Order: sequence, then C-alpha cells, then structure tokens
Amino acid sequence: MITATDLTLTFGKGTPLENPALRGMSLTVNQGEFVTVIGSNGAGKSTFLNALAGEVMVDSGNIIVDNQDVTKLPTHKRAGRVARVFQDPLAGTCEGLSIEENLALAIKRGQRRGLSAAVKARYTDQFKTSLTSLNLGLENRLGDKMGLLSGGQRQAVSLLMASLTPSAILLLDEHTAALDPKTASFVLDLTTQIIEEQKLTALMVTHSMKQALEVGDRTVMLHQGQVVFDIAGQDREGLEVKDLLELFEKQRGLEVDDDSLLLG
Amino acid sequence: MLSNIAFYGAIETGLIYGLVAFGIYLSFRVLDFPDLTVDGSFPLGAAVAAVLIIEGVNPWLATGAAVIAGMGAGAVTALLNVKLNILNLLASILTMIALYSVNLRIMGRPNIALLTEETVLTPWYDLGLAYHQVPVLLFIIVVMASLLLLWRFMKSETGLAMRATGANPRMARAQGIATGAMIVLGVAVSNGLVGLAGALFAQSQGAADVTMGVGVIVIGLASLIGGEAVLTPSTVLRALIACVIGAIVYRLAIALALNADFLGLQAQDLNLITAVLVTLAIVLPGVRTSVAARFTRKKA
Repeated sequence: MITATDLTLTFGKGTPLENPALRGMSLTVNQGEFVTVIGSNGAGKSTFLNALAGEVMVDSGNIIVDNQDVTKLPTHKRAGRVARVFQDPLAGTCEGLSIEENLALAIKRGQRRGLSAAVKARYTDQFKTSLTSLNLGLENRLGDKMGLLSGGQRQAVSLLMASLTPSAILLLDEHTAALDPKTASFVLDLTTQIIEEQKLTALMVTHSMKQALEVGDRTVMLHQGQVVFDIAGQDREGLEVKDLLELFEKQRGLEVDDDSLLLG
Repeated sequence: MLSNIAFYGAIETGLIYGLVAFGIYLSFRVLDFPDLTVDGSFPLGAAVAAVLIIEGVNPWLATGAAVIAGMGAGAVTALLNVKLNILNLLASILTMIALYSVNLRIMGRPNIALLTEETVLTPWYDLGLAYHQVPVLLFIIVVMASLLLLWRFMKSETGLAMRATGANPRMARAQGIATGAMIVLGVAVSNGLVGLAGALFAQSQGAADVTMGVGVIVIGLASLIGGEAVLTPSTVLRALIACVIGAIVYRLAIALALNADFLGLQAQDLNLITAVLVTLAIVLPGVRTSVAARFTRKKA
C-alpha cells in the first residue's frame, strides 16, 4: 500500500521559470490495486511518479509505503519497495551488460550486494523460465548484450526485471509510449498479465485515455498538480473516453484544449 | 633496433603503466568519470613508499601504504564530486593540484633517492636472473594478480553494480544501487592502483620525484586507447588484458622512436611523442573507427 498526502513541489523556486508541478497532491493506492493515471502535459504525472520513486524530493507532504515514511529517502533506499519501468526503453536496462547480468542486477534490487559472483548458477533456471514467458526466444540468449535487443524486447525485459523481486508498488511511466503500436500492445498485454499473475500493486501513467480505461481497476486524472477525479468499480465500468472528458469538464468547469488527451 | 636492456626496460615500465591503465579503465570506462587525479596519485604513491622505505619500513608494507594513500586521494576526488556536486573533471584537477603540495610535504624535499635502500625488488636479485630482467618478472606477477583480482571484482555483485552505475545511473538507482558510494569506491580503487604503480616505479627507477606524475594520465590513456585498438574490449577480461598490452606496446613504440637515430628524437621529446600518438590514435579513422567513435562520443 502506498499513501501520498498533500504533496507539493515547485521547480525553479524563486526564478522567473518557477513552475509548480505538484499542488497538494494526495492519493492512496491499496494493496493489489492497479491504478491508471492520466492527465495532460504538465499535469504532474511524471513528477508524481518521480516523487514516489525518490528521483525528486517533495517540498512538503509525505509519502508512506507499507507503513514506512519514505518522504526523505533517496531513490536507492526506496528501491526495495518501489519497482519501476521507464518510458525510454533504453533507460531500464544496461546495454553494455548481458541479459543475464541485467537480470542479476534486478534480482538484488534493494538488497545488499556483496563480493560473491553476481551471475549465479542457481539463478539460471529462474531467468530462463521468466524469459520463456515473454515468448521472444530470449531464454536462449542469456549471454547476449542487452544492446542487441530491440526497444520492445528491452522494455519487456525491463518489466520482467521490475517483477523479479517483490515490491510494494510497481511504477510504470508511460512505458509503452515510445514503442510502435504493435509492440506497445504486446508490452501492455504483458504488463496486465504480470500484474494479474503476481497480484502486484501498480500505478501506470499513460497518455492514452483509452488505455487508461481498458486496463487496471481504477483511473485517476491529474490536472495542475492535483487529483481532479478518481473513479473505480461500477462507476468506471463501461466508461468511454468522451465520458471521461465530460467528467473532466464538469469537475473543472473548463474546456479541455489539449489535443493530446483526445488523440491518445 | 633495441638493445636488450632498452627492451626489458620498455616492458618493465609498460607493466607499471598497465596498472595505471587498469585505474584509468575503471574511472574513464567503467564509471564514465574522467579522472585526472592520477597525475597526483602516481607521485603520491611514490612519495609515500619512498619515505617509508628510507625510514626502514618493510618495502611491501610501504607499497601497501602507497596503495592506501592513492585510494584516499581518489576518494577525495569522488567525494568532491558526489557530496559537493563539483564537476568530476574539475574535482579531479583540484585534488591533483592539491597533491603537488601534499607530495612535497610528505617527502620534505623534491626527490628521494632509493638506490641504496632495500626495495621490493632486492630479494629477487638473488634468483640469478640478469639485472634488467628482475623487475619484469616481479611486475608480471603483480600485474597478473591485479588483473585477476579486478576481473573477479567486476564479476561480483558489487562490481556489476559499479558497472551499472557508470553505464546507466538512473537505472542503477532504481535497482537500489547507491551510485554515489559506487563512484567513491571505484575512483578510490582506481587511484589505489595508480598509487601502487607509482610506488613500484619509484622502487625500480631508484628515486621518487615530485614531478614524476606529469603526463601520467596521458600515458595511461594512450595505453588504454591503444590497447582497445589492438584488442576489441568486448568483455571485462579482454578490456583488462588490452590495458596491459596497450601499455607495453606504447612503451615499446616510444623506445623504438627514441632509438631510431634517423628520427633525431631525444628523451625530452617523450611527452610530445605521447601527445602526438594519442592524438593520432583518436583521430586517424584508419586506426580503428570504433575507438574514435567511442572517444568522440565521450566528449559530447
């Protein structure tokens, strides 16, 4: 479970470029919930995710993950609880390391790393089984450099890495946005499959309203650094993109002038 | 072409610069941390070892102390970068400049002769080898041991975390790796190796001198780049072997250049030749495009 309360964060404070990214953002994600997050450019989606991950520190408010206050902890100290897949398919893996070495890095996420060999024989079976589930034939390419894989393949492996060890929450930051439509839908299917199978708690940021309604069991919309609406269960059943837009206008009393929301 | 003594001398210094190249590989390549501290930590290692040896300390202990001193220097550079957010290159220049004073303080004078002292080489002269072969034998053992230890380390959990830190720090943090600590550890180990090289150099050359560090970074880089051109560094082991090969090839090339009378080069031209060789290795597209590509990308 993850609880964010009243988060505020302003970039470039005291400069002409001052930009309030989070303005009293609060959200609780319960155990086993799969929440999709939407919002226009600059709504604070990525900043919110970065704040949860520890990549940026909030100015005020607090973040509780599994009953521990992590507000002041840097990224690497939260990593044991917070797993992450980035938007850039190249960002989640190391291209100079082999597939096996990347997985060996991920299996130790948030744990102490010692001087024993990183790639252990006892990992091999687990790695092969996980990779087989991707249906990409990667199970026979453990020694290949990550850089030899395509963006979609790398994103699939990133997902696998994020789910290799248990976490309190899985953060997905528009992780299909940089892929071609076919690959994107493959990675999205894989995401829902992994989340269902392992009963993960997940927060997925997406640019696409359609995607936000299709997957997951709760949808949250951000606007100007706040949650403007939060729907789940029956209210969310059968909801379509245009309903979502109407809801947004009603909530805010303003027109949506951002095409990217409609086109996504 | 080369006399026997000049040949062994080139191998001997080549092996020492192999250690420097290991250090530079660790900072420049593994951590992507352009570290110029080596120009200061090389004479630091020499100074610490020399002072302790003339005080009567066991030469191996003195050499160990030089390694620790080098690690300390590296840690200072890394901490300036990690804790105070000083640009890595600048942080290393600051430490390098500071070390010039520190080294003078440690030695108390600009140079210390070790010719009559007992060094790590002394017992080996009783083995019956020719005088100029002894350092080569000992340094091969030291370099091999360092290579195997480093290779083993790079394959360990911590070593892999260090490689991830240099290659993709954002991903490394997300995997729970304390990237700052990895940089401190890596740059410290890097300069520890350079300190070791300095200590061995002083003992084999018979003196420690405060100016002996000038250009060490460029020679180390020349070794690294040259080695990569000879042996594509597709794995850690190959990269480490390339460091040693590059350093030896470089020293042999220098020795040949200085011995080729028709070129009219003299010992004082060494740094000029080095700079020219490094430049050629980087820019000559025919030398090896991959090396050039890697190096120009680093600059961007």
